[in-house]
Amino acid sequence: MATDFEQFLPDSAFLIDAEAQDWRDAIRLAGKGLVDSGFTTNAYTDDMIATVEAMGPYIVIAPGLALAHSRPSAAVLHTGLSWVRLSKAVPFGNEANDPVSLVIGLAGRDENEHLQVMSAIARALSNPQASEELRHAATPEAIRAILQR
Amino acid sequence: MNILCVCGNGIGTSVLLKVNVEQVASDMNMDVNVTTSDAGSAKGTANMSDLVLTSPQLAAELEGVDVPVETIENFMDPDEVKKILEKYAD
Repeated sequence: MATDFEQFLPDSAFLIDAEAQDWRDAIRLAGKGLVDSGFTTNAYTDDMIATVEAMGPYIVIAPGLALAHSRPSAAVLHTGLSWVRLSKAVPFGNEANDPVSLVIGLAGRDENEHLQVMSAIARALSNPQASEELRHAATPEAIRAILQR
Repeated sequence: MNILCVCGNGIGTSVLLKVNVEQVASDMNMDVNVTTSDAGSAKGTANMSDLVLTSPQLAAELEGVDVPVETIENFMDPDEVKKILEKYAD
């Protein structure tokens, strides 16, 4: 499990207290974390933005949280995630859950490879205390530690 | 019961929702089989399940499906999922 986390969510995938002007900018940051970690090419970042343009801000799945992603394609080199905490929350146009302060970028080669890490993230985010701690954790190690509890 | 979780691409939000639904159902002692799908192919497979869960933004894509479609605003809120499952538990 620990190896999984370092593989799917390495230090290079984190942008802590980054600044975004708007939702496109926020998704670009999530894309940068994926590209810098060798998970995707720049084309995937454009795909993630296009997904929201085509289907609306459904990726804002909980208050303050967006799961930026697109479908498996040639732009996905490896399955992995990125973690962007914004210094200032930005609106995505999702009335129920705006504004967004945490963007998790997801690149999946299929729906199974990332299941363990996604399960851990779902478990942590549906727990109010862990979720609150995640919002204040300062380093990638601290965030991975909370997710792995 | 068979529950289908639908999102835009079938690999992200629907997977998170599946994890949450399975957890809530297990807490309620409900026997569920949860599968995931993207909105495009969901229309074809939805009728094989008993209940479809998706986000409000994607519900329009599922119009015309014969089984109940429920929307969820906070995919990470066990209480919101529980309220929906309670309607179908018997």
